[in-house]
Amino acid sequence: MDFILTAIVNGLLSGAVYVLVAIGLTLIYGVLHIINFAHGSLLMLAMYASFFLWRDLHVDPYLALPVVTVGAFLAGYVLYRAVIGRFSAGKDENILLITLGLSIIAENAALFFFASDTRTVATAYSDAMLEVGPVLLSFPKVVSFFGALVLCMILGLFMRYSDTGRAIRAVAKERLGARLSGIDVDFMYAVSYGIGIACLGAAACLLMPSFYVSPSVGNSFVLVAFTTVVLGGMGSFAGALAGGMLIGVAESVSSAFFGEQLGQIAIPMLFILVLLFRPTGIFRGTQ
Amino acid sequence: MASATRLKLPLLLALLAAVLLYPWIFTSNYAVNWGMLVLFTAFLGQSWNVSGGFAGQMSFGHAAFFGTGAYAYSILVVSYGINPWLAWLLAMVAGGAMGAMIGFLSFRFGLKGSYFALITLAFAEFLRVMADSVSFTQGGLGILIPLQSGAPMQFEHAWESYYLAAAMCLVAVLIAAGLKYTRFGARLVAIRDNESAAMALGIDIFRQKVLCLTLSGAMAGAGGGFYVSKYLYVDPHIAYNLGRSVEMLLVTMVGGAGTVFGPLWGAAAIGALGELTRSLSQSPGLSLVVYGVILIAIVAFLPGGLTSMLGLLRKRCRHHA
Repeated sequence: MDFILTAIVNGLLSGAVYVLVAIGLTLIYGVLHIINFAHGSLLMLAMYASFFLWRDLHVDPYLALPVVTVGAFLAGYVLYRAVIGRFSAGKDENILLITLGLSIIAENAALFFFASDTRTVATAYSDAMLEVGPVLLSFPKVVSFFGALVLCMILGLFMRYSDTGRAIRAVAKERLGARLSGIDVDFMYAVSYGIGIACLGAAACLLMPSFYVSPSVGNSFVLVAFTTVVLGGMGSFAGALAGGMLIGVAESVSSAFFGEQLGQIAIPMLFILVLLFRPTGIFRGTQ
Repeated sequence: MASATRLKLPLLLALLAAVLLYPWIFTSNYAVNWGMLVLFTAFLGQSWNVSGGFAGQMSFGHAAFFGTGAYAYSILVVSYGINPWLAWLLAMVAGGAMGAMIGFLSFRFGLKGSYFALITLAFAEFLRVMADSVSFTQGGLGILIPLQSGAPMQFEHAWESYYLAAAMCLVAVLIAAGLKYTRFGARLVAIRDNESAAMALGIDIFRQKVLCLTLSGAMAGAGGGFYVSKYLYVDPHIAYNLGRSVEMLLVTMVGGAGTVFGPLWGAAAIGALGELTRSLSQSPGLSLVVYGVILIAIVAFLPGGLTSMLGLLRKRCRHHA
């Protein structure tokens, strides 16, 4: 039984990683109704930012978190204003193609400038373990687990109580009405995209101590992030939280039973099944 | 209109002559292989064009069909010793069957637009993991086709593969032209332009879409078979990677989605650009950065692709005349 317990706990921990990556995506989808295919590549760039801050300026990834998050927000805001919003002409398919183009650019520019080497951040606590009952937990993964919870909470509160959050929700629900009540809709779109990317900045800093970065690392997150978002119901933070954890557990348990190789099947399989049978997500009505 | 058609015939003949004469003018192996790759990429782009261009069902996972064809060919030739030409035909059937299956599932459950794109991506990923795990594809090791001189579909000279690719490309252009001038094609275009209106006109949308993805899948499956016959090796990454799907999409979007010659222009333009960036820098990544920029630029400024640019030029010339 212990191995199942270990698989579940490890699944929850890696699920938290998926939550971190997906939460920005669900915000971007929920508000802009756009599918941000560049999400994985932008995460990769944020991870490089965290890596270079650590290597060249000796800033601990956890301390770099505020800086990278703010930087990611600005980058996302500018990216939306300068490229995505401007060129898409409001068509879903165009946005998908443009964000695909962005991801190709980001991934290969990283390949060009940083080479294909896999890089890791070695901190004093990277290999630290916490013993909880019969299972050993990696310390940075536990931190990212709680980071995911806190991030979800902050975003939820922000969307519910702040003026900007209210404006974003208004734009998401009724674009024309929002414009008529004096909300700058284009500005809110860019802000939402910026916040979505800011989440990636936070995610990158929480991930780096226990993960690696390479130009193609974003690819491994794209499908997972979409699966999380679709599973949780597009646009729902609580859904993304539950969805990510569920995927983490499903993947880890299926790896425990079917082996590492075939265990990876859980994610595309879940994605296909949910999209076919429950496209509104399994937690319908959470928002 | 009549004058346009009269003008087109010599142009078409000139294009055909250029394709046929190319290996006699540029005789080096490198140049012939480059031409072969352009024609082959154009063929794959045409496969994407059938569903993504004419019917407007944009896929991010055409590698699912390409890879299935590639594996069908390899397994039939290596494990069952079937004649490669027959195996190639069966690879096409396998690609078509995969297209029918994915189309049936996705369209039965009403997936459209971005969701269709994402689910095709997931299917390709699903197949990649499967190919990596099960034994009859030999997992991550991949399948090596033994090199035998004189074996069917193994060519000694580069120009032989070139002409085979040219023939495939010709068939693909004829298929695209067929779509442009037949009722089936007209139905697909109607579905692309306005699905509800097409339904109101009595078109069985589900059936047309599945048929279209079957045709598209069969073409990509044939492409996969050809690829393995040329390079004699396939593994899960070669067969099912996202880059392959993106390449098919890219050349078609660049050349002009939903046009007969779009994928050909796109493949030629992308191929030439690849050579150019390679001569500028040996480091990996640069050419793909340029492709990404081009994709965005096309979506933003030239949604009809290069083909529409030719149309615009022609219109401008006529205005001046």
